[in-house]
Amino acid sequence: MQEKVIEVHDLVKKFGSFVANDHLNFEVYKGEIFGFLGANGAGKTTAMKILCGLSAPTSGKVKVAGFDICRETEKVKRTIGYMSQKFSLYEDLTISENIRFFSGIYGISPAERKAKQETLLRNLELGSAKDSLIGSLPLGWKQKLAFSVAIFHDPKIVFLDEPTGGVDPITRRKFWDLIYEAADRGITVFVTTHYMDEAEYCNRVSIMNNGRIEALDTPENLKKQFGAKNMDEVFLKIARNVE
Amino acid sequence: MISIQNIYKSYGNVPAVSDISLEVKKGELFGLIGPDGAGKTTLMRILMTLLIQDKGLATLNGLDVVKDYKKIRQIVGYMPGRFSLYSDLTVEENLNFFATVFQTTVAENYGLIRDIYVQIEPFKNRLAGKLSGGMKQKLALSCALIHKPEILILDEPTTGVDAVSRKEFWEMLKKLQQKGITILVSTPYMDEATLCNRVALMQKGKVLDVDTPQKLVENYSRKLYAIKSDDMHRLIQDIRSYEKTDSAFAFGQYLHVTGKDDEAEATEFENYLLKKDHSGLEVLDIPPSIEDVFMELLQDNE
Repeated sequence: MQEKVIEVHDLVKKFGSFVANDHLNFEVYKGEIFGFLGANGAGKTTAMKILCGLSAPTSGKVKVAGFDICRETEKVKRTIGYMSQKFSLYEDLTISENIRFFSGIYGISPAERKAKQETLLRNLELGSAKDSLIGSLPLGWKQKLAFSVAIFHDPKIVFLDEPTGGVDPITRRKFWDLIYEAADRGITVFVTTHYMDEAEYCNRVSIMNNGRIEALDTPENLKKQFGAKNMDEVFLKIARNVE
Repeated sequence: MISIQNIYKSYGNVPAVSDISLEVKKGELFGLIGPDGAGKTTLMRILMTLLIQDKGLATLNGLDVVKDYKKIRQIVGYMPGRFSLYSDLTVEENLNFFATVFQTTVAENYGLIRDIYVQIEPFKNRLAGKLSGGMKQKLALSCALIHKPEILILDEPTTGVDAVSRKEFWEMLKKLQQKGITILVSTPYMDEATLCNRVALMQKGKVLDVDTPQKLVENYSRKLYAIKSDDMHRLIQDIRSYEKTDSAFAFGQYLHVTGKDDEAEATEFENYLLKKDHSGLEVLDIPPSIEDVFMELLQDNE
């Protein structure tokens, strides 16, 4: 049996009378690339905030990396990584300053940091740029770096919120190479995207609409289930039918 | 309708637009396609008379962007990339405000915006800042149209918008084009290029190519294969380590692969991969998409 790293049972989140998450149930396994899709306003961000321990559920049971999201919030935070499109790294700090900062937060010792930083910069071919300000780097580099920093403390799970927005098609695909590598190392990847071709790169995909998960399966099975050529069609069918 | 000749613009030492020349014809739906940093926004701001170019000439309907900026603002509608209506005014108040600024009324040009505005009219008393992303977009488009512009300039209207809303937005644009409005729109989504009459593919302040989407695809000279197996991740690694492979990139459920000097045949890829024990193997000869074309241009320019 595969190890479960995220377990969500009957998760409900209400804001006043508005139900943002309406009885969500799903599990994510170790090393899986899990695509979390949905229309704008479907409730993805709300659910993701709960999984990251930033917002408490109204009801339901959620376990992340084996920890209860309500009672062991701090433990959850230590074992996950997070990267969003909007905020990734501090623009007015250099590459190595950012790494030092995040290492400090996650309690990585200076010796360990040094060794890991070297490997990271070598893998990304950024060695010569370690003293450059983040703000001066091209967007594609920033994203790769932000991802590497998000998994610098070897989290069990990394949450990626639209990580590839705005970059060119080649850079976007190179970013997915990094995602695959992380998954190979056993890191579970939980990712949202508006690029439907990227949904195909996930092991399994869930599609949300109006606060509910309307479909959850491998891309292959979803296409069969909805009689669709690609994930774009699956998405359109789900989002349009429900309205 | 829009004429751009050898436009340059730098921010400090960073060139944002370098030597761009383009012509957009009357009634055309023209797309600027490219990632962040391609120069799309800078170019649009110059056309909108919000920014002055370092060098070059640009005219809209014969009006010069520097000398005739006041007249240009009367004939162009603009939707910036960032939501820039008044968050603390209601939907209706925003629309009235923009109509008043252009010395017209909502009633006078209602015909133009009706199809779009009816969708948000039930919320007309809601503050603009409290609208959902899709509704904000519709309101911004309504405000950009309220003075009945001849030209519409839209800066990444579909960025960060889900696949369904993106589709609906393009349907709205097609309808506006049928009403005779010339539209210049930018997008980072390559698949949206096929919805334009003509597109400019842009990267790092330069135009890589300009043509109709059909022509761009026809002019692609490489042999392209789509390859799939049951283990896609291993497939990428195996294909990339094959000596006859030139490039291999994931495209949804397939890899798109080109061979060195286009000499490798489909059967060669197939035999190589069978030796590597791939099951569920498919190797297809395929026509390129705009995204393939763009990626080829990017590689040529590296």
